Amino acid sequence: MNTTAMQTSSLGKSVGAANLRVPGAYWSPYLAGFVLGLVLLAAFVLMGHGIGASGAVASIVTAGEHAVAPAHAEANGYFGAYLADSDGSPLHSWIVVEVAGILIGGLLSGLLAGTFRFTIERGPGTGVGPRLAGAFGGGILMGFASRLARGCTSGQALTGGALLSVGSWAFMIAIFVSGYLIAPLMRRRWT
Amino acid sequence: MNAPLYPHGVFGAGASLWIALAIGIAFGACLERAGFGSARKLVAQFYLTDLAVFKVMFTAIITAMTGVLLLSTAGLLDRSLLAVPPTFLLPQVVGGLLFGVGFVVGGYCPGTSCVGAVTGRGDALVLWLGMIVGVLIFGEAFAMLETFYNATDLGALTLPMLFHLPYPLIVVLVVMMALFGFRVAGWIERKHRAPSAIL
Repeated sequence: MNTTAMQTSSLGKSVGAANLRVPGAYWSPYLAGFVLGLVLLAAFVLMGHGIGASGAVASIVTAGEHAVAPAHAEANGYFGAYLADSDGSPLHSWIVVEVAGILIGGLLSGLLAGTFRFTIERGPGTGVGPRLAGAFGGGILMGFASRLARGCTSGQALTGGALLSVGSWAFMIAIFVSGYLIAPLMRRRWT
Repeated sequence: MNAPLYPHGVFGAGASLWIALAIGIAFGACLERAGFGSARKLVAQFYLTDLAVFKVMFTAIITAMTGVLLLSTAGLLDRSLLAVPPTFLLPQVVGGLLFGVGFVVGGYCPGTSCVGAVTGRGDALVLWLGMIVGVLIFGEAFAMLETFYNATDLGALTLPMLFHLPYPLIVVLVVMMALFGFRVAGWIERKHRAPSAIL
């Protein structure tokens, strides 16, 4: 595929960078966004639907709960409907495989470009404990919010944004509004 | 071409999963190449020092959106068969508000946390565990949430339908807005980026 060739050639250029923090270690945001847009377009053309991420978390949680407490999961209004849906609709397993692909693609790209490193990303004045607490708390919020909104930045903002869905645009605008409102409170954690 | 291909039965469920894998790999590589395996790069969007999140998102959106319009105008893609995410306005606005807080507090969104985790970021892995807990809480509280979850159901409502404007015109307007946004983003970055603040 064309996209693969583009990635390989551009990766080649950045491999030599000894320090991943130098500007230029990443692609230009416009190039990355353009290729990402082509990937999304490929999903539309091939599958008739877009891409996702948080849906895979829901599938994994549903499968996990079904394995541990089958009766409880089946009786639950949300997980039960998810289970019933999985039999008829292949979309849930599609997203799980797609997210497995994200893991592979992210890993390969990170290894090739030299951006892989074991670290806890945090602001200069933030300890590991508070940072991991923030990551965990933020994760809880986004896990909950992505189910309430029926998707996340992938399934709603990117996919629904490109298909001009009103709800997806409302979701995306709401993310930026609350992100900018909360950011001053978190400034000392990050900068 | 008779696209979208899968709804037309051009290939089966087995092949669709290989496509899922290929699209996922390309998606993950794009996110990594954008620098989105790094929480500090992502949250810089909210401190105005690096607006790559906005630039990547809107470049991707206008690329895919324009591609859909061109292919459907050329008669190669049946736009009516594309799965437009349905609008449930209130839960999506409230979900977006909660999500934005989670993004800034957590440092990644769900897709980018996958890339962060596989490129060695322990905080991304912890965020993933948090998401599992968040989904579990949502599911267990669903009896209480169900009415709100299904509130303000507007169906597969699109911006052209909402504004009663032709689809191509909305596409042109969104592209123009994005291009204007990119100029403003560059201007904001030059104002806010201290020489030492390269992430």
